[in-house]
Amino acid sequence: MATTHAPVAYDSKIEGNVIFTQVDAAINWMRKNSLWPMPMGLACCAIELMATGASRYDISRFGAEVMRFSPRQSDVMIVAGTVTYKMALAVKRIWDQMPEPKWCIAMGACASSGGMYRSYAVLQGIDNLIPVDVYVSGCPPRPEALLDGLMKLQKKIEAEHSTVAQKERLLEELT
Amino acid sequence: MEITQLLTRLGEHLGKKILSTGEFRGEHTITLGLADLAEALRFCKESLGFDYLVDISSVDNLGDDPRFEMVYELYSYTDRVHLRVKAAVPEDNPNVPTVSDLWPTANWHEREVYDMMGIEFAGHPDLRRILMWEGYPYYPLRKEFPLAGKPSDVPEVAFTEAAPLAGGPFVTVPTEEGTVAREPRSRE
Ligand code: SF4
Repeated sequence: MATTHAPVAYDSKIEGNVIFTQVDAAINWMRKNSLWPMPMGLACCAIELMATGASRYDISRFGAEVMRFSPRQSDVMIVAGTVTYKMALAVKRIWDQMPEPKWCIAMGACASSGGMYRSYAVLQGIDNLIPVDVYVSGCPPRPEALLDGLMKLQKKIEAEHSTVAQKERLLEELT
Repeated sequence: MEITQLLTRLGEHLGKKILSTGEFRGEHTITLGLADLAEALRFCKESLGFDYLVDISSVDNLGDDPRFEMVYELYSYTDRVHLRVKAAVPEDNPNVPTVSDLWPTANWHEREVYDMMGIEFAGHPDLRRILMWEGYPYYPLRKEFPLAGKPSDVPEVAFTEAAPLAGGPFVTVPTEEGTVAREPRSRE
């Protein structure tokens, strides 16, 4: 939740082992520092994604090193590469298998908009099929750019209503 | 053997069936009728030693009759020579005998030609599309097919939509006027 006051309060003199915070702030803090990516490497951008995961750029500094090849264990899908129409519905199917809460980073020009492939074979942006949280420009983006995108996503998660936002439709149905 | 000797032997074997021969920068090309293609390629493989099929491609000469053209690039590892074999294919019955029994690599090359140009190969063991999916209704490398593509839908498999070209396609043109005039831009 975007608040003006600090989301966590701690005074060692009077509180000992007790921390005051809000549920939203606590849950979001846990979520944003443990984003398990679903590496959707589809073309050349995936090479930069691998570089981001390797020692030099070290994505684990941001808690996102646990690349999961099972959608059921992942939180953020990083679409890295050209989404051809032949692959498009497979990407959608994998996205549908990811449990909520989930986020999506469109990495590079191709995943964001079709890139240079204005062609009969390429989906013009993965946002035609799944909701994208962060677009990272570049062809390919440098690892720094992807890490910046990841940090932007962390900022976004910080500002979410951790439970309400995820269960919006359920709440609507109930009221 | 030199390429000239091989061509002489090929000429002796095929005689008038060779419609034309050509040479450009050391690359030799022969053109045949479609009916003689299979025999000629078999002779090249089995008697002239062209053991390597480099590539098979097809050309769409839209407006010409016959419209399509098959192009076979052969290479001999024994003699280290290259030969290109061409044959025209009519539009109303685009059917070419397979050479996948001669060179197994032709299997996928012919599937690609079938997928992109819609030319069929008689006797091919597994003539399915190789890049697009079964049920895709078009042949994208034919000249009348727009670069942006066309909408299509095979439920549960794949769909396509026409891509926004935003003033494109952005193509280069050959010109002496320098790189600025030559560079890719909308030519509308
Ligand atoms: S944006 Fe560039 S680097 Fe990335 S997949 Fe597309 S073409 Fe490759």
